Amino acid sequence: MEWEVVIGLETHTQLNTKSKIFSGSSIAFGSEPNTQANVVDIALPGVLPVLNKEAVRCAIRFGLAVDAEIAPLSVFARKNYFYPDLPKGYQISQYELPVVGKGSLTIQVGEQEKTIRITRAHLEEDAGKSVHGASPGQSGIDLNRAGTPLLEIVTEPDMRSAAEAVAYARKLHELVQWINICDGNMQEGSFRCDVNVSVRRKGDEKLGTRREIKNLNSFRFMQQAIEYETRWQIETLEDGGKIEQATVLFNPDTGETRAMRSKEEANDYRYFPDPDLLPLAISAEDIESIRSEMPELPTAMKLRFEQAYGLSAYDAAALTASRNVANYFTTTLEAFGGEAKLAANWVMGGVSAKLNEEDKDIANSPVSPELLAGLLKRIADNTISSKIAKEVFEAMWSGEGSADEIIDKQGLKQVTDSGAIEAIVDEVLAANPAMVEEFKAGKEKAFNALVGQTMKASKGKANPAQVNEILKRKLAG
Amino acid sequence: MINKSLKELAAMLASKDISSVELTQEYLNRIDRHNPEINAYISLDQEKTLAQAAAADQMLAQGTASALTGIPIAQKDIFCAKGWQTTCGSKMLENFIAPYDAGIIERFNAVGSVNLGKTNMDEFAMGSSNETSYYGKVQNPWDRRRVPGGSSGGSAAAVAARLCAAATGTDTGGSIRQPASLCGLSGLKPTYGLASRYGMIAFASSLDQAGPMAKSCEDMALMMNVMTGFDERDSTSLNREKEDYTRDLGKPLAGLRVGLPKEYFAEGLEAGVAKVVEAAIDEYRKLGAEIVDISLPNTMLSIPVYYVLAPAEASSNLSRYDGVRFGHRAAEYDDLMDMYCKSRAEGFGAEVKRRILIGTYVLSAGYYDAYYLKAQQIRRLIAQDFERAFEQCDIILGPTAPSTAFKAGEKADDPVAMYLQDIYTIAVNLAGLPGMSIPAGFAPADDGKELPVGLQVIGNYFDEARMLNAGHAYQQVTDWHTRMPEGIA
Repeated sequence: MEWEVVIGLETHTQLNTKSKIFSGSSIAFGSEPNTQANVVDIALPGVLPVLNKEAVRCAIRFGLAVDAEIAPLSVFARKNYFYPDLPKGYQISQYELPVVGKGSLTIQVGEQEKTIRITRAHLEEDAGKSVHGASPGQSGIDLNRAGTPLLEIVTEPDMRSAAEAVAYARKLHELVQWINICDGNMQEGSFRCDVNVSVRRKGDEKLGTRREIKNLNSFRFMQQAIEYETRWQIETLEDGGKIEQATVLFNPDTGETRAMRSKEEANDYRYFPDPDLLPLAISAEDIESIRSEMPELPTAMKLRFEQAYGLSAYDAAALTASRNVANYFTTTLEAFGGEAKLAANWVMGGVSAKLNEEDKDIANSPVSPELLAGLLKRIADNTISSKIAKEVFEAMWSGEGSADEIIDKQGLKQVTDSGAIEAIVDEVLAANPAMVEEFKAGKEKAFNALVGQTMKASKGKANPAQVNEILKRKLAG
Repeated sequence: MINKSLKELAAMLASKDISSVELTQEYLNRIDRHNPEINAYISLDQEKTLAQAAAADQMLAQGTASALTGIPIAQKDIFCAKGWQTTCGSKMLENFIAPYDAGIIERFNAVGSVNLGKTNMDEFAMGSSNETSYYGKVQNPWDRRRVPGGSSGGSAAAVAARLCAAATGTDTGGSIRQPASLCGLSGLKPTYGLASRYGMIAFASSLDQAGPMAKSCEDMALMMNVMTGFDERDSTSLNREKEDYTRDLGKPLAGLRVGLPKEYFAEGLEAGVAKVVEAAIDEYRKLGAEIVDISLPNTMLSIPVYYVLAPAEASSNLSRYDGVRFGHRAAEYDDLMDMYCKSRAEGFGAEVKRRILIGTYVLSAGYYDAYYLKAQQIRRLIAQDFERAFEQCDIILGPTAPSTAFKAGEKADDPVAMYLQDIYTIAVNLAGLPGMSIPAGFAPADDGKELPVGLQVIGNYFDEARMLNAGHAYQQVTDWHTRMPEGIA
């Protein structure tokens, strides 16, 4: 019997607001411990939470981006438990009535498209951090992170492989950055995934018992963790064992998952509506006003690239993989004003190859869209061949100036004067009688060699189409 | 001097008949004399207090004074006041020096009132006799063997014994009105949301409200002018236009429709108290009010509903007292769990623990629907009772508490008997309405001692000005509010 893995994700997205979700403290990362914790964050007696409206706007933006229902009225609830990094003894979250309801996100796995259903997304505050080892025998608490706004995004158990789960996580990661609600920094914990994994016999309706892999902060670890966990569950069941519901952690060093607490030890969080906060009311006007400020979403943009520019689905998908790539492409195309396919090829080819090589983000590309457009213009008007264009691009990358300046300075302008090309061809023919003989004997390869010699003699500047044409004419004559 | 109204004191300060420092010193001297017995104050800081008085004298000299500038006010120890020990009546916060001012404290500071000290209270405002305070019982100035009521018992005793010009209190289920009734003074719990809860240590967030405790309704109107107003740091604070609560004082009561809920005059009300309340109603009739019989059918449910909701909120509100960041931490412990358990076991008193346990229970998985959710539904029914009642009347009159002050220890071991003290006051908090208690006479206790009785005035939302006038009109034709206990000269 074949096994099937069933996966659902819960993603904690740190919202890029200026201040915390219920206090005015900054949320900047990396400050000295407890320098970003005010009286509200340390939960002194008497303090009260005040909702940061910017966090709500972020949630609404997300809801619109995944085509979700946005609750006209949602409720903040207290999740009660004791832990030293949780100053109030409860976390303010949303429980029964979340701000964002059912939505969906379409992912691409290989050639396949798949729609993942989003169950809900709710606003909540992050906890602080325990700091171990700062002083012997004692643990410290850093409350800088306490109260940082999070949007927890929960999916239905719709994914059937580690690859699908990672594709969803990547797509979500790009989307939250695209709509500018999260900086996407996984090392700093701005985007963390909890993955629920269960297995069942293919064809079974009933879901197996799930284990939750907590706090995955890289896509590679996510892939490894799911694969390990899936194998472990299948082996356990095949050996006649039972899966107990549990929370597990992934150890990147061993590549293994291990249980940190079982269901029996689970807390009773005693959720109830937070009496310090009014229900969050969102009007249709609020939603429309935010909708009007939304950027074009990747799905819509991809379709536009296909229809308006005649790009292939593959190209359009690649160019809308992130907002920075899309911006780069559209800015380039606008400045260029020519054929979209040429711009697309360069963005996905030359530019992205160099970026990969140097591990740079496209937003920091040394060749700006304007510079690239200058190069594309010279290719389009035949000033340079695509071979020379590569040289010019390298020079631009090293900061030697614009395409025109480099072409000028290095004398790379393509020769299109047919008289000049004819003169070179004549020289080449005279210098290579053996090749001419071979061609005349019917060896087509000799023609290509003669083209090569001509290009070489012109230092690559001769227009290749003209060289072809003139050579053909002369050899025939 | 100590019997003068706030308006009279303000006039004396304005005309330089007395300075704020002199007036404050007078109260500090009285506190020195009487507080060791009455125990109305938990913490005093003469230096800070007199510095505030001196600053007030500056304001008076510069002409920037307003109605309460230079007036010495006692602050319930539930309000955080910067640099002051702020205990909330608990051992848990014995070492807590507030690093910030509550919204209410800021408002008094802004107008130059003088903070005389922090008054005693039931621990975390949980109690009706002030006996749950870690800082000792408070004596009722009318009979030192008796309780002042609670939880604002220290503030009530301080006003009654003239150990302050006026005081602040907070009221979650009757904690301003019941002690006002038992100590023979005026106390008002405003509409929920009028007074900032920022910096007021939370007991039950959806019920807690700060209000004035003073010698008269006129004094309370002046206090309300300072205490109410929008505070953006409290999400439940109402953003309304500023009101002058003195504006209706002196208006005739002719045509005022006064509702008498039959449930407030039923079984459980002491005969002596009933007699006093009925005499007060007669007084209102004479003032031209029209008396209407009304019904608040769900009154009897208010205590069970309250003792689900208030402990539920409290159990969560009090979770922050874990010994980690401030407050009491056990001296020795084995591990984290042991630290939590010991710190909280040592830091909290029995009544607080009882309510944390009840609250934790009613919020637990499997019990939430039967208790918390059901109680919220009944809470709405109770509010609807009042909505219907206010279609028939403008204000509601009745007793504040079922009895006069009882002896210390009398109900201390019987929580349910203690909880019944708040039978007439709790519904007002559940509905979020304003409620007030004013002195209406005296009734003999079982030992023959004559003790104060409070008349409760309940108004519709935001009707405090009308209520204060109704009380003021009564205080113009009666002198109960001017009576002073003996032996505290």
